[in-house]
Amino acid sequence: MNLFVNAFLWIFDPANWTPGSQSPLPIQDRLGEHLLYTFIAVLIAAAIALPLGFYIGHTGKGRQFVISFTGAMRALPTIGVLVFLTMVLGYSLVGTTANFLGTMIALVLLAIPSILAGAYSGLESVDRQTIDASRASGMTEMQILTRVEIPLSLPLIIGGLRAGVLQVIATVTIASYVGLGGLGRIISSGIGLNDYDEILGGAILVTILALLVDGVFALIQRLTATPGVGGAVETGRTRLRRRASGPLATVGTPIHEGNGP
Amino acid sequence: MNWLFSNFDMVVELTLNHVRLSIIPIIAGFVIAVPLGRLAATGRAARGVIITSTSLLYTIPSLPLFVILPAIIGTKVLSDTNLIVALSIYAVAIMVRAAADAFSSVSVDVKQASLAMGYSKWQQFWRVEFPLAGPVLLAGMRVVSVSTIALVSVGVLIGSENLGYLFFNGKQRGLLEEVVTGIVASLLIALVFDLVLVLLGRILLPWSRKDRTRRSADSETVSLTVTTGGAA
Amino acid sequence: MIEFRSVSKRFPDGTLAVDDFSIVIPSRQTTVFVGSSGSGKTTLLRMINRMVDPTAGQVVIDGDDVAKENPVQLRRRIGYVMQNGGLLPHRRIVDNVATVPVLRGVPRGEAREHALELLDTVGLDRSLATKYPRQLSGGQQQRVGVARALAADPNILLMDEPFGAVDPIVRLELQRELKRLQKDLDKTVVFVTHDIDEAFALADQVVIFRTGGIVAQVGTPSEVLGNPADEFVASFIGADRGQRQLHLEPRNPETGQVMVVDASGRPAGLLSDDESRASTGAASPS
Repeated sequence: MNLFVNAFLWIFDPANWTPGSQSPLPIQDRLGEHLLYTFIAVLIAAAIALPLGFYIGHTGKGRQFVISFTGAMRALPTIGVLVFLTMVLGYSLVGTTANFLGTMIALVLLAIPSILAGAYSGLESVDRQTIDASRASGMTEMQILTRVEIPLSLPLIIGGLRAGVLQVIATVTIASYVGLGGLGRIISSGIGLNDYDEILGGAILVTILALLVDGVFALIQRLTATPGVGGAVETGRTRLRRRASGPLATVGTPIHEGNGP
Repeated sequence: MNWLFSNFDMVVELTLNHVRLSIIPIIAGFVIAVPLGRLAATGRAARGVIITSTSLLYTIPSLPLFVILPAIIGTKVLSDTNLIVALSIYAVAIMVRAAADAFSSVSVDVKQASLAMGYSKWQQFWRVEFPLAGPVLLAGMRVVSVSTIALVSVGVLIGSENLGYLFFNGKQRGLLEEVVTGIVASLLIALVFDLVLVLLGRILLPWSRKDRTRRSADSETVSLTVTTGGAA
Repeated sequence: MIEFRSVSKRFPDGTLAVDDFSIVIPSRQTTVFVGSSGSGKTTLLRMINRMVDPTAGQVVIDGDDVAKENPVQLRRRIGYVMQNGGLLPHRRIVDNVATVPVLRGVPRGEAREHALELLDTVGLDRSLATKYPRQLSGGQQQRVGVARALAADPNILLMDEPFGAVDPIVRLELQRELKRLQKDLDKTVVFVTHDIDEAFALADQVVIFRTGGIVAQVGTPSEVLGNPADEFVASFIGADRGQRQLHLEPRNPETGQVMVVDASGRPAGLLSDDESRASTGAASPS
């Protein structure tokens, strides 16, 4: 446990938070980078994956393709993709730009499957009868999507985002090895200096960040669960439905996929 | 292809090492997760505790886990044991959830009927629940397999010798072919493992293919969690 | 008036659900489609509001071919009630009832006000308005489904096995309510069921289907019961097994009651007091 004490001492050492200190410090800069990369990557991934997932979930078209495609994506080794993209872009771009762009593309690619799966399986989990009744009442397809399907599947959609975000946070850590910033820089510099306090300190920082973000998303998921769903009275049918959708609820969070962590 | 030909022995060696490093966590994941998953399927509280704690473990990014683990269990950062333990933790985390879903998906009626016919609890588990949970367990194993094989390469950052070596060596030497070789070899391993698992499923669970349409309601949604990682 | 003119439906997988079906459904009456599953009755019902489009033939409402209408607009002026209500689980009861008016642009407050009145109409307490569907019993949910269908004041009410999932006692109650509503509101009701007793209880006109959307008989309940067109109909309505052959037992000297029994001697009910006094000897209620 002494090791952890030292690592925490390292984390809370004011010297490591002093602005302008030698790279990879100060910690807050690396933290800021880590969050910024994550945010940008997930934003782009969501802009691509959510509409696509909604389309697939609503129409049922292309489902098989997406399952195979996301499966294949998850088999890709993260570091390999990262290195490959930065190298390919490096042929035509300046080194730092190539590294940044390559990493971003890799992060976006890695976040897409989870977000996509959350969106389409979320929509699929909505009771067909509810959708049928909405259509029969005269809702347009767009109204069914925005007023029925998305509200009812919001927790699962957020779950997909949650998985994507965590995966990106994990991968940004590794991205420091291709010369990008982020908290991974602290670990890699520690490994270079053979300074275990720094290594462990960096590792703990990433872990805390991941757990905090995960917690925030868990909270959002709970808040977005619509009050009428899973309410007091359970009929046989709803119990059945919940059993069927229970496991689905895991789509988002858990399997944060392929080479997640 | 020049690089590959002149370094073929090294690639083969790294591939075999990659396979070795993957197999143990995949099997450990199954062996540890099945009893935990069965326990999680017994009730809401058990499920909450088990699933929450394992998914918290899964939230820890891989590189940090690789370097934190030695401080807890006393392994050496650079040892393969360290990597294998870390990957096993992830495998268990994925598989526990799949196993819990698998056992929950077994029809209550069938379980009641088997008890009524006079199966003991133990027989019921081995002869009824375990086989019936098979399809979903298999789907979970496919995700574990794909995920583990991809993750092994992160181990190169802490000095493990596997296909991940080709990524950094290739980057340093500016050899794209080396990097691509690493990616393709890793994908091939994943593909072969997946085929083996599917084949095992065909042999061990012949009954599960017939009534696909009927099971789909339950098992398809369940395996959605899981099959998303399926086909490599 | 709703007319089916030589309507057929072949699904993409090749099954012929409905074959050359024609019928006139009179306005302000209740027409019941009855048949076992796979008889195409639900498919036909769903053609009226274009949830299904026929592969051949026309469906005509008051002289207008529905195929020429925008399906969304068409559905907003036809009420639809389905099994299990099909309510939106994330909306409160009052908002569920107000769904269609809100879609049609009625201000939310006004639509809610009207929704509360509709809850009265279908016999639900207004205190349920703020609950979510899952907090209601099956029978209550079904009433909400009816209220929602009535919200846009449609002339036509389509009901697809609406009482199929509730227990027998609640079902009888809902059937009674529907008859009362129909008397008050005077809608054209098209009702699908596989329960012949329900059909006889509600229908002005009964349409009995065979498998594949083929009509076995059309008529009033008494016509069908009194003169089944063929063996299929006789078997379907239970006439061949003696379930409809009722006769009276001798008066019980102690209670003074007259028991009605079917052909195999199973009790079917008691003759009500007035009639038993009036009638003498055996009589068949059919």
